[in-house]
Amino acid sequence: MTDTELRVSKIRDGTVIDHVPGGTALHVLAVLGIDGSGDEEISLGMNVPSDRLGRKDILKIEDRELSADEVDVLSLIAPRASINIVREYEVSEKSRVSRPDEVIGVLSCPNVSCITTGEEPVDSAFDVLDDGVRCRYCDTIVRDDVASLIEST
Amino acid sequence: MRHDHLIGAKQLSRTDIESVLDRAAEFDADPTAFADTRPDTLLALCFFEPSTRTKMSFDAAIKRLGGSATDMGSVDSSSVTKGESLADTMRVVAGYADGIVLRHPSEGAARLAAEFVDVPVINAGDGAGQHPSQTLLDLYTIRENAGLDDLRIGVMGDLKYGRTVHSLAGALTNFDARMHFISPESLALPRNVRFDLHESGAVVKEHTDLDAVLDELDVLYVTRIQRERFPDESEYRAVAGEYRIDADVLADARDELTVMHPLPRVDEIAPDIDDTDHARYFEQAHNGVPVRMALLDSML
Repeated sequence: MTDTELRVSKIRDGTVIDHVPGGTALHVLAVLGIDGSGDEEISLGMNVPSDRLGRKDILKIEDRELSADEVDVLSLIAPRASINIVREYEVSEKSRVSRPDEVIGVLSCPNVSCITTGEEPVDSAFDVLDDGVRCRYCDTIVRDDVASLIEST
Repeated sequence: MRHDHLIGAKQLSRTDIESVLDRAAEFDADPTAFADTRPDTLLALCFFEPSTRTKMSFDAAIKRLGGSATDMGSVDSSSVTKGESLADTMRVVAGYADGIVLRHPSEGAARLAAEFVDVPVINAGDGAGQHPSQTLLDLYTIRENAGLDDLRIGVMGDLKYGRTVHSLAGALTNFDARMHFISPESLALPRNVRFDLHESGAVVKEHTDLDAVLDELDVLYVTRIQRERFPDESEYRAVAGEYRIDADVLADARDELTVMHPLPRVDEIAPDIDDTDHARYFEQAHNGVPVRMALLDSML
């Protein structure tokens, strides 16, 4: 076990999200709807040294296994993240995120004139591009800071 | 053309466009000869923003086809003032009419409307988004005057917020057109339009100065630079003045240059161009009726 991994405690059951870009762990928590008001036990390492990313964040979430939808959205802000599902202190499943074709109802359009920002009975819908996302209603393309569009932030 | 809705120019293929323009030419030859084409068809005109040409030409088009139109009227006198959502308004209107022509200040409004109704929706302008029926009449005018292939076209003015520009650019990717976009840097093409042009492989150049390209153009498409896009009056006047054309400016243009404008103009085209052979903007506006007749005939 490396020094990096020792900085945050082992978990018994839950999910370890590794290789998250340094400084974006709080956005990942936002994606997962975790704002500290619930009773989730979270361990965070931020800006720890990484051979692959230079600096990375690592999150350990007790008693929660990520859904496929959550992993899809996670891929937008942490495209190289790895997901480890832990059961009884052992890694039982290991996977990397993959980018979805679309993201529905998760991001809010930054274009204030987009019809989806009004009081309409629709979910936001974004097509995922190679380097960003595009609103399916108003065509606005966002390449930087997609995490800031997450509706719960 | 066979589409349930017309939301943006990107959905139009070359075949779609040519079939509408060919049919429009038939209507154009004698607009009064087709009054039995759509005798029982009722078209709903829902304009949440002011309009003269688009609204009146759709109204005229459906009537020339023998149908009729029902008009939502101004927003001030509609249920919108009571806070009704666009989705609800559209669902109600869809129960009254065979098709909906929608103009709305929000981008994506027509797309949203189309999700809630089972009659065809035609986007007649959604904020700074798209205006595809205008594009069809623009293409008709270009085809009549300069041809659509081997075309060298300059598009000048407010390219960032100009929905007619966004739709025209998208549609021209179907043709062998060399596109020049001329604007102040602050009003250059938006990222999504540039992205689509790049994806299509279109030949595109951007300029801040008309002089750089004027003498090679077949068509110059001028749009209005709006006062509200600038922080103060003096900056607006300085920029708008640089993108104004008059007879002196066009002295360097080819004799065959076609000048177009979606109208209304303010002062970006001087009146001394109106009586020259370059001016085609009133003809362009007239083409709204036969082209919209063809569009309605293909969709309703």
